[in-house]
Amino acid sequence: MSQLVAGRTGDWEVVIGLEVHAQVSSKAKLFSGASASFGAAPNENVSLVDAAMPGMLPVINRECVYQAIRTGLGLKAEINLTSVFDRKNYFYADLPQGYQISQFKQPIVGAGVLRIVMADGSTRDIGIERLHLEQDAGKSMHDQHPSKSYIDLNRTGVALMEIVSRPDMRSAAEAAAYVRKLRSILRYLGTCDGNMEEGSLRADVNVSVRRPGAEFGTRTETKNLNSLRFIQQAIDYEVARQIELIEDGGSVDQETRLFDTATGVTRTMRSKEDAHDYRYFPDPDLLPLVVTQDEVDKLAAALPELPDDIRDRLINEYGLSSYDASVITEERETAKYYEAASAGQDRKLVANWMTVELFGALNKSGEGLASCKISPEMLGGLVGLISDGTISGRIAKDVFAEMFESGKDAADIVEEKGLKQVSDSGAIEALIDTVIAANMDKVDEYRGGKDKLFGFFVGQVMKQSGGQANPGMVNQILKAKLDG
Amino acid sequence: MSDLLALSAVEARAALDSKAISATELTTAYLAAAEDTAALNNYVLLTPDHALEMAASADARLAKGEAGILEGIPLGVKDLFCTTGVRTTACSRILEGFTPPYESTVTANLWAAGAVMLGKVNCDEFAMGSGNETSAFGPAINPWQGPDKLDLVPGGSSGGSASAVAARAALMATGTDTGGSIRQPAAFCGVVGLKPTYGRCSRWGIVAFASSLDQAGPFTRTVADNALMLQAMASHDPKDSTSSSMPLQDVAAALGQGVKGMKIGVPREYVMDGMDQDVVKLWQQGQDWLRQAGAELVEVSLPHTKYALPTYYIIAPAEASSNLARYDGVRYGLRVEAGSLDQMYEATRAAGFGEEVQRRIMIGTYVLSAGYYDAYYLKAQRVRRLIKQDFDTVFEKVDALLTPATPTAAFAVGRKIDDPVVNFLNDVFTVPANLAGLPGMSVPAGLNADGLPLGLQILGKPYDEASLYRVASVLEQAAGFTATPSRMAGGAQ
Repeated sequence: MSQLVAGRTGDWEVVIGLEVHAQVSSKAKLFSGASASFGAAPNENVSLVDAAMPGMLPVINRECVYQAIRTGLGLKAEINLTSVFDRKNYFYADLPQGYQISQFKQPIVGAGVLRIVMADGSTRDIGIERLHLEQDAGKSMHDQHPSKSYIDLNRTGVALMEIVSRPDMRSAAEAAAYVRKLRSILRYLGTCDGNMEEGSLRADVNVSVRRPGAEFGTRTETKNLNSLRFIQQAIDYEVARQIELIEDGGSVDQETRLFDTATGVTRTMRSKEDAHDYRYFPDPDLLPLVVTQDEVDKLAAALPELPDDIRDRLINEYGLSSYDASVITEERETAKYYEAASAGQDRKLVANWMTVELFGALNKSGEGLASCKISPEMLGGLVGLISDGTISGRIAKDVFAEMFESGKDAADIVEEKGLKQVSDSGAIEALIDTVIAANMDKVDEYRGGKDKLFGFFVGQVMKQSGGQANPGMVNQILKAKLDG
Repeated sequence: MSDLLALSAVEARAALDSKAISATELTTAYLAAAEDTAALNNYVLLTPDHALEMAASADARLAKGEAGILEGIPLGVKDLFCTTGVRTTACSRILEGFTPPYESTVTANLWAAGAVMLGKVNCDEFAMGSGNETSAFGPAINPWQGPDKLDLVPGGSSGGSASAVAARAALMATGTDTGGSIRQPAAFCGVVGLKPTYGRCSRWGIVAFASSLDQAGPFTRTVADNALMLQAMASHDPKDSTSSSMPLQDVAAALGQGVKGMKIGVPREYVMDGMDQDVVKLWQQGQDWLRQAGAELVEVSLPHTKYALPTYYIIAPAEASSNLARYDGVRYGLRVEAGSLDQMYEATRAAGFGEEVQRRIMIGTYVLSAGYYDAYYLKAQRVRRLIKQDFDTVFEKVDALLTPATPTAAFAVGRKIDDPVVNFLNDVFTVPANLAGLPGMSVPAGLNADGLPLGLQILGKPYDEASLYRVASVLEQAAGFTATPSRMAGGAQ
């Protein structure tokens, strides 16, 4: 699939790599016992270690390490049994230690792979370069006082996983698909809540352009994007900016940029020359982080079924389309819902009803699946009524709408409102006779070769039946009568 | 009163147990002694109320027969150890007025054992120095004097600790040793100082200088007191990731075991230009004493010794430059207001850090910088491993090593401070043990021609403090070191 971008002087290929910062789901911070929960009052979750009081020392939170390993396993990545924490040194008011403890040369997780599925159902494997653990910084608030900045250290020291992709993506859509898929895996694993608005998942986007087949161009890094929309906007903006720059005879500067969410524009944050010298070196307060193969094996054995595995099962065993299977498995809850709803039913039909009607309705109402009044069994029940011919697909849409509103069972609604499909051939024949009698002119035209009119007759009969006539039978009897 | 001050800690414990003396009497005597020797500037903060309260509690426990191993023993705490509610500054302006709401693990262990805190003792700023001359509180003075009666340094960085113990202004004191900061001042002041194996005493709550080298240890007047104090200080601490879970040996039992059958290595590289001839003689004397006591003396080689000092002066400042980044004026200690955040940092750190600390921060920043890291820091780490291997190899053949503690006796205040490189040379015999993480001890063993104390150093295998105490005990007995400094509490001033 060609994804080239046309410029004035020819086609360009876009090259994208992502660094995603995912906050580890854990009770306590990476190196202190303070709570890692969101939403506490400023500076409520700050330990002596987080505030970098003199003589305080970091102690690794093993659960954060396990979460990183689980994530690595979910990304089919190699787990490094020995990894090393380094100090990344720089001064900032919300960085109490004057350094961030991170992993530079020896990360806990090495190369892995993430499979993305595009809207047309095609898949691409995006390389994962590494995953490492690091501390989050605090928060500076510059708008609370006319001349001072306020510092909130609640987030200081919370564990982050930095997940670095290979420069394998070729469009904003692929980048969005990558983040969506990564988020999905993290949520399945329970290693990150994936909440982008609260900042639990944010991405730095590296973008460059090149002529197809040429060497990589110079890249820019746009920092701290916290929604899929912003990620795509920032990439699109950068691609257009870089192409224009080069086509005008200029060149791209390697630099760090910020994305303005209000205007959709990126601008320079700091140039390569101003880049910090972080003076990384192994943190002497911590011994190398060692995990045993046994620990890794235990974590692997306890891993839940991941979206790709479920997706493959849905395609191979249930015959779902690649795209439907991807949509259904993106969230663990959705996949569970689907499994329950489709049990004993027409699997493909349930998938259809879920992705089109149910997701459409939820989207419109702004609700989540968790608060939806239609339980998986109820959706299965509705599809069952279609499959056994009790109601037509048309009627089923009305029944669905009522179910969504009231939370009533499909069978009850059909019963109450008398929506049962008419499959009595005598009744259908009578209806057809009425329609034929009222439209003799059209019957002549049809018999004279105007085949298209068949649809008109079907419509009329269905209308007469209030939509309840069995469409298959209507087709069959009508054809016999008209052609006879 | 001077009788009380003459007691060793072991003797004082016996007198306390037998109710011959009370903890309050002993503490009162030491508080008076501290006042008496105030001119030595070895305390930067006396805490008499605190001390008397703790002494009263100790008396209560003694009365109930619940005494800890250091019950009622008054001691000084190096100003690097955080003490709850008691000002802790690392003798730096940048921690001006800082009062921690927490207690270091080592001092908490000491109080749990019944010890009494007299106050905080002087040291080099952030433990960076070899003469206690970089302290923001001014230099601590050595109670010993040569014939010219000039003020001498007590050594450093734990100069206040050594000076206070030697001057009988404390019965014991805590110190920290990053490159010799316990052993060198112990040698200069004629007292016993141990740097335990790295990981033996928790670093939690001790203001960090160089994390991979720092280790807390005891200062005492006798070897037996030293073993007693180490037992109270040492512990496995889950709050310090580099703390060891290896249990401490029975060091008290080691004291009487002698050295018969031990193999003692004498490293041929432990000589240098400008070394005091009295030091060389004492080293030879020490070997003879051990041989006479039944040890086998073996000449050994530690070929990478000459690289230890340059390696140390890369690694220690590198770690320090990062460890000291937290002193930024934002959350505690000194803040000098200035326009922007960066200007505030600069103004605060320029005013708060002394010259030597600034020098080491700059050296450390330089050796970690892009383009220099490989040539300095990385190479230093490699050499560090070679130095460690030297010891590993030698310790396959010998049980301990005997070396001089320092190349010379104490020097005059102000004499060396202007030349940092000369100052650095003080650590030449002590630094290798820190790089290799080994235990090392300095025992007073004689006087030089000027009547100043000299120490012998014993180095041991990791976690084998017991062997050090065996050797130290024999040396102590053989040397019969009973000389006392001229500026001692209750003594001739």
